[in-house]
Amino acid sequence: MKIFETPDQEQQTENDSFLSKKMQRRNFLTYAGASAAGLALVAAGCKKDNNDFNKGINLGSGDIGILNYAYALEQLEAAFYTKVAASFYKDIPSAEIALFTDIRDHEIAHREFFKAVLGSNAIPSLEVDFSSIDFTSRTSVLGASKAFEDLGVSAYNGAGYLLKNGAYLTIAGKIVSVEARHAAYIRDLITPGSFAGSDVVDANGLDKSRTPMEVLGIAKTYIKSQINASNLPS
Amino acid sequence: MNFLNILKDIEAIDPEITDKISPRRDVIKNITSFGSKVALSALPFAMGSMFNKASAQTSSSVGDVLNFALTLEYLEAEFYTTALNSPALLALIPAGPALAALQRIRDDENAHVKFLKDTLAALKVTAVSKPTFDFTAKGTFPTVFSNYGTFLAVSQAFEDTGVRAYKGQAPNLIGNKVVLTAALSIHSVEARHASHIRQMRRATGGDLVNLKPWITGDANNFNDSGVSAVNATYMGENNKMQATVDITTLTGATPGSKISYSAAVEAFDEPLTTQAVLDIANLFIVK
Repeated sequence: MKIFETPDQEQQTENDSFLSKKMQRRNFLTYAGASAAGLALVAAGCKKDNNDFNKGINLGSGDIGILNYAYALEQLEAAFYTKVAASFYKDIPSAEIALFTDIRDHEIAHREFFKAVLGSNAIPSLEVDFSSIDFTSRTSVLGASKAFEDLGVSAYNGAGYLLKNGAYLTIAGKIVSVEARHAAYIRDLITPGSFAGSDVVDANGLDKSRTPMEVLGIAKTYIKSQINASNLPS
Repeated sequence: MNFLNILKDIEAIDPEITDKISPRRDVIKNITSFGSKVALSALPFAMGSMFNKASAQTSSSVGDVLNFALTLEYLEAEFYTTALNSPALLALIPAGPALAALQRIRDDENAHVKFLKDTLAALKVTAVSKPTFDFTAKGTFPTVFSNYGTFLAVSQAFEDTGVRAYKGQAPNLIGNKVVLTAALSIHSVEARHASHIRQMRRATGGDLVNLKPWITGDANNFNDSGVSAVNATYMGENNKMQATVDITTLTGATPGSKISYSAAVEAFDEPLTTQAVLDIANLFIVK
């Protein structure tokens, strides 16, 4: 990864994370190969809810881990809006078509940006699960959109301090304010004037911030792929 | 641009600034003793390079950042408080959601002032005192509290400036979990405000009917507000390069397509330097 100047120490951490990624895969295969019965058990285990986020696609450690975490969320958002724009809900006004198309393009830009900067460190494409969303219903789409945008804002706010590199932090800042602009717009579509409602902005005038584990716990409803966030800094 | 005010503002915010640039103190004394217009007109450039060098040597302390933010929040809080106490303007603001939204924003900005003061007190750092403001910007916006359109235009500029200002300070707070997280949490609230004010302006129709909740632009346009007097707020927003990635070379919504220039501009908000923000704030500060 030569996009940013990466300190040696971080390089070391990255290498460590690759090592641990390989190790985990090897362990998995060892267990899986133990017996046919064992294989079935492991398969069942993989399907079970993973509330600890300690197996599956490994986000990695250090700043790279946080960037992969952001990449995972942007994949989710981009996939959602791509589906929204592929077939808009019934009777959508032209203004909403234009701005939803904008949002889709922003999220794709975020996703593709992270993919480009992460290079060989990037996690693979995630499988999403939008079965709980009715894409023909304005209420359902706006509700999901609000949830994704508010979640994204709280995710970036809560992960900022985990970044060591100022350039990465600035990039995260450049993205989170756009997510907040989206969130405000969508919230106003649902209830005019709810752009900074007291459910997201507290009495000090501060937006929500959430830890990666809290965010992944909410996002997992929509992500089929298992995610291993156990190497993320905290 | 009032050179002496800027120096004073920076000293108010960063009392160490004179020490930081001490090798150049004599130069500054010499400059201030000049009376000629020629010398004064050259000042912005001379000062700009001096501060860049000065701040490259010593990064701002957490207290400096909080006081810098407090100055901006004083500006925003007093702006909305004054606006909602101006009968001429109140008569023009549509009742219902528009008025409620402005009250909400006013309350958020006042909460930010209190929060920053409390945080400074907890850190045992003296808070800067509230400057005296002139929201007409010395006559640039004479109807700011009597014309709804002008008021919203200035509101938008303040909110978008606030977003850029906090973004620019974030790297100075690395290593301080509590303050960085709080600053980011104010930053995204300013962005929510900016998005809403832009929607309010859009609702007034006319030339603003296509104004977006996000900042758009292209190769030739960095200021989408329709108000050239606030160019400084939007300078550099039409950036399409993020790190070393040209966003317009990335794959777009359909295979083979690319991200458009405008989407590249909209998808990433840009930071402003401390100096650029102070230059903007100074337009509204009497003393």
